[in-house]
Amino acid sequence: MARILSLSEAVAELIHDGDQIACEGFTHLIPFAAGREIIRQGKKNLTLIRMTPDLIYDQMIGMGVAAKLVFSWGGNPGVGSLHRLRDAVEREWPLPLAVEEHSHAGMVQAYSAGAAGLPFGILRGFNGTDLPKVNGRIKAIACPFTGELLAAVPALRPDVAVIHAQKADRKGNVLIWGIIGVQKEAVLAARQSIVTVEEIVDRLDPPPNACILPSWVVSAVCLCPGGAYPSYAQGYYERDNRFYQSWDTISRSRDEFLEWMKANLSAENYFRERFHRNSEEVA
Amino acid sequence: MDYSADEIMTISAARMLRNGAVCFVGIGLPSKAANLARLTHAPEIVLIYESGPIGAKPSVLPLSIGDGDLSMTADTTVSTSEIFTFWLQGGRIDVGFLGAAQIDRFANINTTVIGPYARPAVRLPGAGGAPEIACSAGEVLIILRQGLRTFVDRLDFTTSVGHGEGGDYRKRIGLPGSGPVAVISDLGILRPDDLSKELTLTSVHPGVTVDEVRSATGWNLKISEGLEMTQAPTEDELMTLRELERRTAFAHGSQFL
Repeated sequence: MARILSLSEAVAELIHDGDQIACEGFTHLIPFAAGREIIRQGKKNLTLIRMTPDLIYDQMIGMGVAAKLVFSWGGNPGVGSLHRLRDAVEREWPLPLAVEEHSHAGMVQAYSAGAAGLPFGILRGFNGTDLPKVNGRIKAIACPFTGELLAAVPALRPDVAVIHAQKADRKGNVLIWGIIGVQKEAVLAARQSIVTVEEIVDRLDPPPNACILPSWVVSAVCLCPGGAYPSYAQGYYERDNRFYQSWDTISRSRDEFLEWMKANLSAENYFRERFHRNSEEVA
Repeated sequence: MDYSADEIMTISAARMLRNGAVCFVGIGLPSKAANLARLTHAPEIVLIYESGPIGAKPSVLPLSIGDGDLSMTADTTVSTSEIFTFWLQGGRIDVGFLGAAQIDRFANINTTVIGPYARPAVRLPGAGGAPEIACSAGEVLIILRQGLRTFVDRLDFTTSVGHGEGGDYRKRIGLPGSGPVAVISDLGILRPDDLSKELTLTSVHPGVTVDEVRSATGWNLKISEGLEMTQAPTEDELMTLRELERRTAFAHGSQFL
């Protein structure tokens, strides 16, 4: 059964230095508040797994929590580069960052295999590309029935999956809708999971087939309104595209980035203010 | 009406999408052209975005591949795993529509690194959904601005396969889709030769000379014997594109576009 914890309790208890963690959410419902809490608690040597590192991992990499990144598309969506990610890869700042690079289809197969308890996922698509040359974990495998050459990727089994969702009930059942990405796969593939939510309600009353993660597959549920900001939570607030654009400037230089993180990380004030302003604009 | 090089690029690309086609759309230029097609000659086009929306009809251009507008206007929204397995790999996509950072003469694509992989001069975003789109979509369209940094003799990294080494390469290595059928740039349109699969200039945009295209290409570009001039944008195409861009800028902030 999921326990209802504060975000700081959940991160302190469940995430340890050296862990492999997967903070998922495909553009929608990115668990930004959890990412900031991980930085605040000074976690180290994490392997960060995520299809699209986005600003959440740009911040975490820039603040030195990561030793390795497993990913499939590392840009600022619609804007350009993730400068902190690039600085780590191109110039080892603030630390060297090992990179394990896949395609999206490879990542979803790796998560699905993890969720299914299988050792590897299988897909068609790497023939002729250079990715298997730089990622030894993408291997060719022949179909035992037809002989077709396919690609195999090892299952992802993160120590902890971290996602954001719209709602949970008081027992910790989680309801999530809209663009649901690979959150369900990530939670089921991981040994433990933290789900931050916009609200905790008495009754979820989900329609049949709604995406529900039952309480008993979730380790901790944390009330965290605005926790996906500056990404968005369908039904609650929109994506702050202007913030994504301004991140390009903020993150470009090391000094400006550090100053910004220092000013905005210690308290949640900045995010709370921005989040409320954004919500009012939407309303 | 006057128009820019970017406008005729987008409009030429939009024209290549037939009404009713099922189109897997990359973000940025492909998404802009695909939505222009939807708003002009192809109202029944089915736009699929890798984040999960199927049949998206966004009112403004999405800034990200997973904007809420995509799922709110879609016929259905499925998980990202399902998009790649059942819909793309399952062979349900007519046209994959991609952008690129670098392209070579066989329309192979690099979106990974400039320079050596281990110590890149520029770390680009990476593969995303492109390798499997290039592999499995029925056919592929590629849109990018043309210049010596983008149309290169040799890719620094092959992220997604076009026609590989040319000829029957795709068939030989077992790629199910037929690969790139056109590359649309701000200077003209290139199509693979029927046999060699080498990109050949088949159309120049009005006001662009063949020499200009050649000098913006990093290999000795072949010119089609039947070289045509791209039809200039119609007033309706231009107005629809500009209105879409205006709505988008208003929604996302003026820095976008």
